[in-house]
Order: sequence, then C-alpha cells, then structure tokens
Amino acid sequence: MSTLTALARALAVAEGRAQPIATVRHLHVHDHPLILIPLAMAGEANAPLAALVGTDPARPRLLAVAQPRNRDDRFAFAAELAGVLVPYLDSFTDRTEDVPVDRGKDVRQRYVDAPQIWVPNPGGIDFLRLFGRSTRFRTVDGENPVPAAVPLLGRWLTFFTNTAEVPGSSLLVNAVQALGLHWATGQSGAEDAQFGAQLAWIESGAAAAREAENGPVAGPATDPDFDNRVLAPLIERSAPELPDVLRDLLLPTWERMWRTLTLLRRLPAGERVRLRWDTDRDAFTAFTQHLAEGGPPQPRRDGAVAAAARLQRLENAATRYAVQRAFDDPLVLAEYRLTGTAFAGVVTLAKADRIDDSGKRPVLRPRIMVHTTEPVRMEPGTSLTSPTRPSQKARVVSVTPAAPEGHDVLLELSGGMGRKLVAEPGSVPAVGEHLILTTLSEAYRPSGVLPDPAETPWTHGGPPTPTDQTPTPQPAPTSAPAPAAAPASAPAPASDPASDPASAPAPDAAPDADPALATAADAEPEASRHADHRT
Amino acid sequence: MSRLDQLRGSGRAKRHNARTIAALTGNPGCNRRAVLDAAGIDKLKLAERVGFPGGFGQSRFALTRGNAFEAMLKADDCALLRSVLEVDLGVGYQDLGADDDDTLGSRHDRTAGLLAGATAALIDHPLLTLDVAGQTVYLEPDLIAYAHQGRLQVVEIKSFAIVDGQAESAKVSGAAVQAAVYVLALRALLERLGLDPSLVSHEVVLVCPENFSLRPVAVVLDVRKQLSTLRRQLSRLASVDALADALPDDLSFDLALDPALLVTALGHIEPRYAPECLSACELSVFCRSEAAGSTAALGRTVRESLGGIETVEEVLALASGEREPTEEQAEAAAMLRAALRLRTEVLP
Repeated sequence: MSTLTALARALAVAEGRAQPIATVRHLHVHDHPLILIPLAMAGEANAPLAALVGTDPARPRLLAVAQPRNRDDRFAFAAELAGVLVPYLDSFTDRTEDVPVDRGKDVRQRYVDAPQIWVPNPGGIDFLRLFGRSTRFRTVDGENPVPAAVPLLGRWLTFFTNTAEVPGSSLLVNAVQALGLHWATGQSGAEDAQFGAQLAWIESGAAAAREAENGPVAGPATDPDFDNRVLAPLIERSAPELPDVLRDLLLPTWERMWRTLTLLRRLPAGERVRLRWDTDRDAFTAFTQHLAEGGPPQPRRDGAVAAAARLQRLENAATRYAVQRAFDDPLVLAEYRLTGTAFAGVVTLAKADRIDDSGKRPVLRPRIMVHTTEPVRMEPGTSLTSPTRPSQKARVVSVTPAAPEGHDVLLELSGGMGRKLVAEPGSVPAVGEHLILTTLSEAYRPSGVLPDPAETPWTHGGPPTPTDQTPTPQPAPTSAPAPAAAPASAPAPASDPASDPASAPAPDAAPDADPALATAADAEPEASRHADHRT
Repeated sequence: MSRLDQLRGSGRAKRHNARTIAALTGNPGCNRRAVLDAAGIDKLKLAERVGFPGGFGQSRFALTRGNAFEAMLKADDCALLRSVLEVDLGVGYQDLGADDDDTLGSRHDRTAGLLAGATAALIDHPLLTLDVAGQTVYLEPDLIAYAHQGRLQVVEIKSFAIVDGQAESAKVSGAAVQAAVYVLALRALLERLGLDPSLVSHEVVLVCPENFSLRPVAVVLDVRKQLSTLRRQLSRLASVDALADALPDDLSFDLALDPALLVTALGHIEPRYAPECLSACELSVFCRSEAAGSTAALGRTVRESLGGIETVEEVLALASGEREPTEEQAEAAAMLRAALRLRTEVLP
C-alpha cells in the first residue's frame, strides 16, 4: 500500500468518514448496467441458491432455487439466468462502427456499445467463474441433457470472469473494488471486503459502518446463523415463502449497488477511461463473433502457449492501466512523486529553437531547465514524460543542486513538436510553466514472440494432444504425456490470491479439455443423489 | 486446582484442536489468546458476556455435506477411501474414537501402542498430544493415519471441492496447516516411543470431492513449509505458566461474573489485535474496539506504510508537523510530511 493511501486511511479514522484517493473516476460506468447479486449454498461446490438480477432499480428480479442440492433445479436456475442475461447482451449487438486498422489501410467492425455487469464483491466474480465452469461443457442431448441456454450462459460467464482479471477492464465490475479504487475507509482492507460496511464509511461514516456489519450479507456466502435458523427449516419443508425471504435478504444489497453507481457517476471520468472501454468493446465484439462462428467452449486449462500469451496480455494491461491512471489523476501521480519516480517543478529556462546538427541531418532538440524542490532520483540519460504532453520525450541531460534548495534538471526534448525544424506553438514548455515529469511512459511496448501451439517445446509439455479444444487437427499423440496423470499435482498454491492461477503456465498444462469427457465425469447423478438423502 | 483452572472458574474447559493451534501460531504475539486458550475458556461465550458477540457458527449445510462425504468414504469398510488412496483390502481399519467411556489417557496409550506396532493399517481418530506453550494438550484429530511398511502418513478428509486441480487457496492453506499440526503431534509421539520421528511423512494426503460431484480425489500436499513455520512459532509462544503467574491472584474469567469485571480482567492480559483476527478468533470484535485509533487496526501493510507509528493521532501530528519526531521517527515523519503536502496540494 502506498503511503498516500495509508495516510488517507489514517485521515479517515480521524474524520470518521472515508477519504477520497482519486480525483477522477478510473472505470467506465455504463448508463444501462446489469446488476447481479448471486447467493450460494454453503458447503456445496458452487450450488446457486438465488440471484437478484436486473437493469432497472425499481424492478429487481429474483431467481431462486427451491432445492439447491437437486441438479435439475440448478440447471433450471442457470437457464433462467440465461433468460435474463443473454437478451441483455444481445441488445448491444445491433449497431457497429468502423475501426481503421493497419494504418488506415483496412477497417474492422466493432459494436458501438458493450454490456456491463456489476456484482457486489470479488467473491461474486469467483462464484460466476465456477458457475461458468460447471455449465459451459454441458450438452443438450445425451445422458444428462440441459436446456440449450445453459452451456451458452457458461461460455458468457467464463468470458466475463476472464475479462475481470484484466486490469482496467470494465465489462464485469465488482462494487467493493470499484469503491476501494476511489475512497479509503478508516478500517482495514479485510473489513472493506464487506460491501455494506465499506459503502457506509463513504456515505455516512464510521458509526453507520459498524451498524452495517451486522446487516444482511452481500453474498455469495450466506451467514451460517441465517442458514441454521432461517434457511434450513424453509428448505426442508420446501416452504413457499422461501423466495420472499431471499428477496428481503438481497434487497438492501440491491439498493446499495445502485447507490454505488450514483456515487461513482458523480466523479468525472478520467480522460483515458474511454480508451480502455474501447478495448472492452473490442473484446466483446470478438467473443460475440467467436460464438456466432460456432467456436468451442473455453478449455478447462489453457495450453502452454495460450497461457503464456494470456499472461503477457495481463502484464501489458497492468502496465498500461497503472500509467493511464497516473496520467489521468494527479492524486495517483502524487504517489509516484512521493517515491521519486516523478517530480514537479517550474520551467526556468527554455530554448525552443535549439537544433542538433551533429548527426547526418539537423533535428529539432529544444532544451529546458526545470527547477524542483522534490527529490530527483533519475540518472542522466533517463527518458521522462509529462502527462500534459504524453507524446513528447524529455531526456535528462544533467541534475545539479540549486541554491537555496532543490535541484535544476536540464532536459532535452524530442517528439510531439510537429515535423518542421521549428516547434509548433505551445509544444515546448515555456518559462514559468509548472510541469510534472515522470519515468512512466505510455509508449507502445512490443510483446515477446511465442511459438505456434503445434510447436510447444517439450519443456512446456509439448504440443497439445488431439483431445484439446483447438479445431486444427493434430498429429498422433505418440510423445504427448498422459493428461490425467498421477493425482500428485497439488491444488493451486495457497500463497498469493492476487496472482492469476488460471493463466499461469501450469507444469502439467496438457489440457484434458474434451467436453464430452467433462460432461460424463461431472454429471455423477449417483453422488448428488447421495447428498440429497443426507438432509 | 491449577492456576489456569482458577482463571477459568466454574465453566467446563474447552479443548485445543488443530484449528485453535493453527490460529494461535497465526498470531503468536497475542498473550491474551494464549492464556485464554490454555485455560480452556470459552471465548465465544466470553465475547457474548462482554457485549461483542461474533458470528462464529458453522452452517448446517456445510456440516451435512462434510459428514455425508466422510460417511460415503468410510462406508463398506472404507471401500471408496481405499480405492482413492490405493490401499489393499487386506489392510485393517481401526476407529479409536468408537468407544467414548475411555479416559483420554488410556485412549492416548492405545493410540501409541497401535501406531508403534502397526505395519499396515488405517487408524481413525487417534488421540495425540502436543506441547503448546508449556502445556500438554490433547488433540482429537478427525484424521486417519495410514501406516504402511512402518511409515505413517496423515490423511485429511475435507469437503471443499477441487475443480480442475485447483481449490480455494484459503481452504487449502488452512487444511495444510492443520495437517502439519497432526504431523508434528505424530512425530512427537514417535519420539516419545523411542522411534524415528521421520517415519511420519511430510507429505499429507488431502481427500476432497472432485469438480462438482461428490466423487473423491486424493492429492498430495507437501507441508514442510507449514511444519517449519509451526515449529518456529510454537517455540516462540511465551510460556503460558509464566504469563499466568504474572497475573493478579484473584483474577478470574468465570463467565458468571459481571461483564464489567470481565472487561477489567481482560485488560490485564495484553492482546495483539490485527484485522486477520476477525476471521480466526472469537474475541476479535472486542479486541478491535479496544484497538480503535491504532494503526495496527488498519492492517499490517498500512501500519508499515505509515512508518510503523503506533497511533493514528501520532501519524497525523507528525504529518502536519505539530509534533517533533523522535530520532527513530525522523525518516517516517519526513515521508508523512511529504505525503500530506502532496495530498493537500492536489486536493484543494
């Protein structure tokens, strides 16, 4: 945690109110989002209990499962959820726009808008990820048929939960994280995970937050006490009032979700939020096309090459997001000033028409002197950027101590001044101008080259076997390792929840992603019936 | 009556289990928890008495499923468990928890005898002991020790699902720490019997339902890291006897006492509150209210980012320059002043 955010938490304690840690909004807030509050059955592996869902604050729709341990009831719930979600998603596929590609030589299509789903907390996203996993390989025929909408829902949920791992993506947003990005409360991060308490810190203050802690949960986990006292008796006798009880439980969270949106909409959007939403629209368009072309469901595990590519995309997105946030928001940039990777100063000298003619042909290289009282931890030769002139590079020529205090930094500018040997007016900072310079840069970073999946080296498990999802035919699996080897591979390492286990190149990345196999293996009606008897 | 029994008063003693030991080692600096646990005081009831009840129940649904899963594994002479562990039918199964009119001591002796002699057996509900903070505590693990050719392996049955080879990390790490407690206790037992403690494997077997069914799957967890953490933290736990002796003679946490007296009594044992306590200790909400205004209550990372300064009040006084920093605070204070200057510059 940065010292600035920590200080904001300390201030929040003293004031008894949450304190802002952003001056602009760092995520896209849709005009017509879909709110989804899932609730799960305790103990079971991802058994839905209910969901409150909808796009209209006045008309939440409750989907409830009468017998959560009954698999038919579960899939009926999935079909019902698909009945709400899929038409909402489809409503964005009517209008497209042209996007120039390949330096304007070609165009591609993109939907002018994309959907946005809001859940209360990260747990809600985890629930949807597993729910997507449990539904996307289902088949509509065979031994355990499900309604056609179920596998489609699974693939959509998998798509959305995958995008939620991309830093800066706003297709699937959780309220706790969105609020935590903009306000610091006077409690710990662990306590912030409780949506009601966190929102109360922002809206009303510390006392209300303590009050909200004992209020109804925001899901997906239920309160054990509620399970034992209220839920269990209702489920046991299949009580008709169960839906009403669940609705009453979820309604406070429903209202808080809409209040969260209102709060966030009051903040002006950061300048670069739109760019990230463009990327989101691209992702939505591409996946819609993938579905329309009859593409296969997402594999259970990415192959080695796909996993490496995904990791690279996530890293690039994280870098881009960090830089964009800093450039959009002076309060975020202040964190970098505090750690010495950015400094603010005043231009004291400027030679805007300086020409460097030491090379083959003369080039425009103006120099400016910036005086700063902040710590400067940059070596000569470092390239800096100013958020107000992102396309201009400023190379540090020298840093000299100045009297009575601070430093004078001599910088040589290149780029962003037009094509002529005379700088465009205003493109070179003038004497007296206040500047912030940072080592952060929005410049494009080329990504590493990865091999074709068919050429996966043996160190990474070799090429995928034919049971893989890839549509291209594969050679006979003579050298490929057995997919379901010994049970020796332990579950995900237990240390770092922030890391991305799904995309990390797993040592046993040989994908066993045959959908038919998956269905047969998971159905297990014997076992689930066994569980039913126990109640 | 021992000093610790005296502290507990009239209530029945609560026994340690792997969960409480894991929690204890999760916050080894907390004297309050160490003393209350050693004295067997019911912290849930105590928290209720002093007006800070916490939600520490377990859902019936989760219990039902856990029991169903275990019963399924152990049905028909452990047929399913044998198949998932790849254990022959010839291997015997013995449940030591079956008869409950035994005294703990004799059950422990039977456990010891069985473990020492076993060459191939599944031993359910063994009774183990472990030295925690100078106290010998009995552990009644819900586990099976699988003895095979003189070696012992801990088998833990858990009802959370492993989906595509992955499970919720918090649950896996919880299970690993608990299993490590059992490994440690089993090794201590072998040592007392004059056997080689390394006969107990550091690899434990976790049996969980696979994917979305109840079909079991076994995975092997290496708990060497958890073992060394546990060992280190158990050795750091201050001797409870020394702590208890330092308390006033008439101090008591008898739940029948007046709540105000209990609060005063709690004030005599120093706590170390951290937000992580909220999910691990029944008394945490009380300690949190005590810790209000401290930077520790905001979490370790926040406290560190604030230069380790104790209280919020002091942080803000140093940041605004109202208070002169001590020599060791100088660096933190400079950082805080810079942070506050930047914040007020950007936020008018």
